[in-house]
Amino acid sequence: MKSILWIARREMGSFFYSPIFYVVTALFLFINSFMFVPALMFFSAQSLKATQFQQMGISLNPNEMVIEPSLANMGVILLFIIPILTMRSFAEERKNKTFSLLLSSPVHLRDIVAGKFLACLGVVAFMILLSSYTVLFVLALGQPEIGPILSGYLGVLLMMGCFIALGVFASSLTDNQIIAAAISFSLSLFMWIIGWAAESADSGVGIILNYFSLVSHLEPFTKGIIDTSDVAYYLSFIVFVLFFTYRVLDSRRWR
Amino acid sequence: MIEVEHLTKNYGPRSAVKDLSFQINQGEVVGFLGPNGAGKSTTMNILTCILPATEGKARVCGFDTFEQSMEIRKVIGYLPETPPLYQDMVVDKFLAFSAGLRHVPRKKISAAVDRVLQQCGLGDVRHRIIGRLSKGYQQRVGLAQAMIHDPKILILDEPTIGLDPIQIIEIRKLIQELGKAHTILLSSHILPEVTQICQRVIIINEGEIVAMDTLDGLNASMRHSRRLELKVRQPADGIQAKLEGLGRVISVQMRGQNLFVIESEPDAHLQDEVARMALDQQWGIEELKPMDMTLEDIFLKLTTEEKEVREVQA
Ligand SMILES: Nc1ncnc2c1ncn2[C@@H]1O[C@H](COP(=O)(O)OP(=O)(O)OP(=O)(O)O)[C@@H](O)[C@H]1O
Ligand SMILES: [Mg+2]
Repeated sequence: MKSILWIARREMGSFFYSPIFYVVTALFLFINSFMFVPALMFFSAQSLKATQFQQMGISLNPNEMVIEPSLANMGVILLFIIPILTMRSFAEERKNKTFSLLLSSPVHLRDIVAGKFLACLGVVAFMILLSSYTVLFVLALGQPEIGPILSGYLGVLLMMGCFIALGVFASSLTDNQIIAAAISFSLSLFMWIIGWAAESADSGVGIILNYFSLVSHLEPFTKGIIDTSDVAYYLSFIVFVLFFTYRVLDSRRWR
Repeated sequence: MIEVEHLTKNYGPRSAVKDLSFQINQGEVVGFLGPNGAGKSTTMNILTCILPATEGKARVCGFDTFEQSMEIRKVIGYLPETPPLYQDMVVDKFLAFSAGLRHVPRKKISAAVDRVLQQCGLGDVRHRIIGRLSKGYQQRVGLAQAMIHDPKILILDEPTIGLDPIQIIEIRKLIQELGKAHTILLSSHILPEVTQICQRVIIINEGEIVAMDTLDGLNASMRHSRRLELKVRQPADGIQAKLEGLGRVISVQMRGQNLFVIESEPDAHLQDEVARMALDQQWGIEELKPMDMTLEDIFLKLTTEEKEVREVQA
């Protein structure tokens, strides 16, 4: 455990030293705000109208109108951005021949994988935290429920954990960072869109596809429901992919 | 300290190391000598538990490299061929990270960093970014990283490569100094380097041990001779005796039914005479060739490399 955190700490440090991190964070915050502002404007216009026509009994829900869509948007943006963060994990170590430092240390390979994963997760959590200033605007303009906001963020973080695991996995396959990013993006996108396929498939297959889709497990979180089965799905997805990463790295030593 | 038994490593169909066996005792400084592609780095990677062996066993401090690798990793310090340095890190932060990886207790990390900085002469660059250091200094950081947890055993893969002559001398001195308290296995292409630092030499070529001895022993056993290999189709009695009867032959060894190794004085060119004899006696020449890469040839190669280096420097 100590070794995991030790590796994760160094890894996060190297993010904060690299220009990639700042570029990506700036990009993320910009696009995120860009998508948030219209939703907020729409909401404030509507709520203004609603106060004018209070007698009509319209009640506006800021959670549904602003928070939920902005969380979904954030997921899409991160789908594109996470591969750029995770692509270095193992590809760079191999390319620069630094991997032998970790491999010759008294640290289990699975701890190395876990450390790399946690570092990326920490960085993404930090980015999400920076972007959460948007919640303050919603708080200023309406009375959103706090519970669903918190659980929504938890859900997004879990889902991003899955993307990060896929990215770390992709990075273990190749020495080439660009290829790693491409594989990671394709895998994440695939896990995302099987939810769409689920909608058009017939019921039996649809249910299965829907179960495996990463997005379908996010919705309850944004509604304020933390279902253990959803949490378990995300966590087991992450553990499974990381285990696979471990196997890939271990088997590559034999060749 | 280190015991290697019948170690074989295959990369796909090619074997990099074949049936290697040797031992290194506590406190020894052993040179691992061989030309490019001999399998030095491969062997070292197996000893440091980075690569699994295809066949055979290696034990370090009594622990098996395959089954008890965690124990070995704790007592070994390794400088790989390419120093494993995170280019974007500052020297002392990097060394502190390495210390933590090697389970140096938190409170002792900064003392350990100071110690290796001093030992490797890195005091002046401790706050610099590794990627901006010269190759020689990077090599030193690599060495410092290997020593950070004060390991019992140091494995150094070509520690002086890429350094200027003055730095080479300094690093050699440092290794000699370390050799007083550590068991060291270091690889090199360069014979004189090994003769300066090491008590014992293991010479390998194409994955096989060619010689293994103390330096004095090696010198003594180096008979200045030339060897020919003769393979015949019709093994007959007395071939060995007849070959021995030729002038300037030192000895003839019989290897199997129809394979003979003829050792002669260095300036004798016996091919013609051996061929004539074989034709006359109708042994049927299957093969007649000088044995490639004898110990001597390798020695020659290794010694000339250093000479070339010297000439370039001069
Ligand atoms: N990852 C690999 N895949 C395939 N072949 C390899 C690999 N690593 C090494 N080899 C081969 O194994 C053989 C031994 O290589 P090794 O690096 O151990 O030699 P070396 O003695 O360290 O040489 P040098 O003096 O050049 O460092 C070489 O023929 C090399 O081509
Ligand atoms: Mg080598």
